[in-house]
Amino acid sequence: MHPTTKTRMKDSARPAERVEEHIIEIVSDSGEGAQTCGQMFADLCVRNGNGVWTVEIIPAEIEPPRRSRAGASGNRIRLGSKSVTNAGDFADIVVALNEQVLYSRIDAGALRPGTLVLVDRCGGEHPDENVARHYREAIRHFRAKGFIVIEVPIEEECLKRTDEVRKGKNMWVLGMLCAIYALDETSVQERIATRFRKKGNDFVRRNMDLFEAGREWALENIEYRFHVPAQNITRPTVAMNGNQALALGIMAAGIEMCSMYPITPATSASHFLASAFAETGGFVHQAEDEIAAVGFAIGCSYAGKTAVTITSGPGFALKTEFLGLAVMAEVPIVVVVVQRGGPSTGLPTKIEQGDLLAALYSSPGDSPKIVMAPATVEECFHFMVTARKLAEQFRGPVIVLSDANLATGQQPFPKPQVSQAWLAPPLDQSPWDPELPPFAWDTKTGLSRRPIPGQRGGEYVLTGLSHDEQSHVAYESAINERGMKMRSRKLAVLEGSLQPPKIHGDPEGDLLVVGWGSTLGAVEEAVDRLRADGLLVSSIHLRFLSPLEPGLREIFSRFQKVMTVEVNYSDDLGEPYVNAESRRYSQLAQLLRAHTLVDVDCWSRIPGNPIPPGEIERQLRNRMHVIRLEARCKV
Amino acid sequence: MQGLKKEWEIEPKTRECTIEDFKGAQPRWCPGCGDHAVLNAVQRLARDKRLLPEKTVVVSGIGCASRFPHYMRTYGFHGLHGRAFPVACGVRSRRPDLHVFVVTGDGDCCAIGAGHWIHAIRYNMDLTVLLLDNNIYGLTKNQTSPTTRMGERSNTHPLGAYLPPLNPLTVALGVSNASFVAQTVDWSPPHLYNTIRAAYEHAGTSFVRVLQRCPHFTSHVFEKALNDLSHVLLMQHERGIALELDVARKFPNQVAHNPDNLDEARSIASREDVYPIGLFYRNENAVRYDEITSRGLSKTQAEKLAAVQAALERFAI
Repeated sequence: MHPTTKTRMKDSARPAERVEEHIIEIVSDSGEGAQTCGQMFADLCVRNGNGVWTVEIIPAEIEPPRRSRAGASGNRIRLGSKSVTNAGDFADIVVALNEQVLYSRIDAGALRPGTLVLVDRCGGEHPDENVARHYREAIRHFRAKGFIVIEVPIEEECLKRTDEVRKGKNMWVLGMLCAIYALDETSVQERIATRFRKKGNDFVRRNMDLFEAGREWALENIEYRFHVPAQNITRPTVAMNGNQALALGIMAAGIEMCSMYPITPATSASHFLASAFAETGGFVHQAEDEIAAVGFAIGCSYAGKTAVTITSGPGFALKTEFLGLAVMAEVPIVVVVVQRGGPSTGLPTKIEQGDLLAALYSSPGDSPKIVMAPATVEECFHFMVTARKLAEQFRGPVIVLSDANLATGQQPFPKPQVSQAWLAPPLDQSPWDPELPPFAWDTKTGLSRRPIPGQRGGEYVLTGLSHDEQSHVAYESAINERGMKMRSRKLAVLEGSLQPPKIHGDPEGDLLVVGWGSTLGAVEEAVDRLRADGLLVSSIHLRFLSPLEPGLREIFSRFQKVMTVEVNYSDDLGEPYVNAESRRYSQLAQLLRAHTLVDVDCWSRIPGNPIPPGEIERQLRNRMHVIRLEARCKV
Repeated sequence: MQGLKKEWEIEPKTRECTIEDFKGAQPRWCPGCGDHAVLNAVQRLARDKRLLPEKTVVVSGIGCASRFPHYMRTYGFHGLHGRAFPVACGVRSRRPDLHVFVVTGDGDCCAIGAGHWIHAIRYNMDLTVLLLDNNIYGLTKNQTSPTTRMGERSNTHPLGAYLPPLNPLTVALGVSNASFVAQTVDWSPPHLYNTIRAAYEHAGTSFVRVLQRCPHFTSHVFEKALNDLSHVLLMQHERGIALELDVARKFPNQVAHNPDNLDEARSIASREDVYPIGLFYRNENAVRYDEITSRGLSKTQAEKLAAVQAALERFAI
């Protein structure tokens, strides 16, 4: 008899409650494997056909002190019966490997009364009376807050099977969750075997044991059962996080060189790339610093192989002089900025959208560049293919702004149908027409072809100094002005080839919300909730920030009020000294105001976490209230 | 045509070019500047080694010396102050078919670009690096450089430089995986040419420091050595820089130095009483990073496509 059948017969829990979606968090001290557990659980749900969005909960340090309130490490998984576009509001279930790490989640507003908290009870039995007292206080505190607390003997049960309990609890918890959500355990066993294959048979067997033990314990002792209906997976699907998607996109774009310097949260893209890039003949160069990383990429691009460099805010700041050179000398290059909290070193592991204006303006002088921002994990993949092409066609840098939320969030999406047309064409080494200068600008578009070293007759000296068509240094005013014009014109040409943004909701109404980057799902969910109540709210989400997508003025004119929702800093009216003139707007709002001359308002926050849809919803309701009052006053 | 490969070329691969073919714009360096001598030597080398202009890339930073690429009729990259090395390494990384020269100055290399300089030596990609060291910032008009002698007056140190100068040779010889370190002077054209030639022939990063006068700001610095060659120490060895007998004879002060001997190289490089010239160190077996960065160049489009699909398959559900 199969052992699992035996245990299933013991299952005397109440029938599973059917829910359209559920949010689960698993948190622990760093190094206890809550992240692995969360990833594997998410993976199972995706395979099951559920929509999934995950967010990593990461402390800034590799291994902060144990049982510290700010040291929580783990995952939030929002799973649904349909596709899931953001991390949602409140957790339905939180599994905590110790009670202390729960505090930070409570502070982050991740729980609400009624949240089911499954906490390891080992703290209560700790020989150190202080620890035991803290545990008892915490449990009392959690219950007073209205959480449903179940004390689970996680460590106790694991100790029956392994001495290395710190490394084993996560599989036990995975087993417990599989019981609660009635997930098919055979596929889990396969995943455990694949994931830990390299660590040897004993390791795999021990983890299987722990998984099975957790599952059996839950079947016998936990009465909660949830069923999130899944859809049949009808077309080939992949699931990954945004950084992995960037890396795969780089490969699919036919890029051969990624030159980088380690920086959080960008580096994990290079980690995956370093493991897979050789398959497409590519190479990850870890440079001696951020400046060298972009310089190396520019050298490689100059020699005909358009390269990519991946960084985050502080690293981007260091690269800006070189990017000015790439603009001036028209060298194609793709720059990925996985944004984190700033300024300075700021919040290294946390999400912010604070580098938008830096991406546009931080090089010396006027340095027009293309800036785009993926809004989903899927777009992280596809935008790399687009970015390389744009870099080459428009002969200059393309900056792709991702963020920490996309970087670590896992999401399923249709498997891309890769095409040879996406790959960089083979190196052109045919002779160059010596009559054709290296900057043969089309006077209308500013576009030109570039000679590549090896092309006979195309020899020229690239320079960051003001230069004429021949790339000869020239300081004459007319030449300087023409060069500026030609470089700027390219952005106008690109704008002319873009489509106006799609409107989510009605094409006209009271309030239009404008977003960009990883907030897409949360903004649209908030808008949908308001629309369900009959409120006339719509949203657009920009993918191109430089040049901005066309038609914005016209779209804005169809709404009473336009506002951005962003994860960066802005002053709120009503704060000391802040008035309509002194107020500093959020970054996209600044751009849109300058670009459209529309009085675009903004609401932005910098919590370090993705902004939940519920918070956006509340803000939008407030604005709607004001709009209605104003309308009534006018009448 | 039967029997001929598709890529068959009428033109022989080794086209012969003249010095004129490598002459770019008219140099705008001051008369008497040591840079002229180096430019002549490199153009001669290009002819003698049958380089092709389209396969040659000269990368520089910012400074007087960094104007160099403009005066060559090859591909050139006149980039940012201090950043010639990363660009040159990037050029080389996926293009093993290109000959890459780096021309830099004492400010460009030893001050703002010092980090890149050290790492470039360690990467040991096949680059010919010429440090044109005149002990001063010339383009920005007479500021102290890292190699300015202590006590030398400049616009930034009117009372004289406060610190002892940095020795680029001992720095280069202190970098692990260094493979070629030499020094020459602009006022001995045969030694200059032979040194640059040996540097070019070495497979790896060959670092050559050229001592040279700035006629405007440091003409006095090497005056003694110019007038009296006994202030120069000529390193001689069969594995060193070959030098015609009649030229070698002019140097009264000579020492036999085997370029395999790193300890002795460091010791000679540290001498402050003479200007040692010749080859300090050569290691043909040092790891070449460009051989690693250029792996996978032969992948076909079809292979790449299949590899992308396989990589995506790892995430399939």
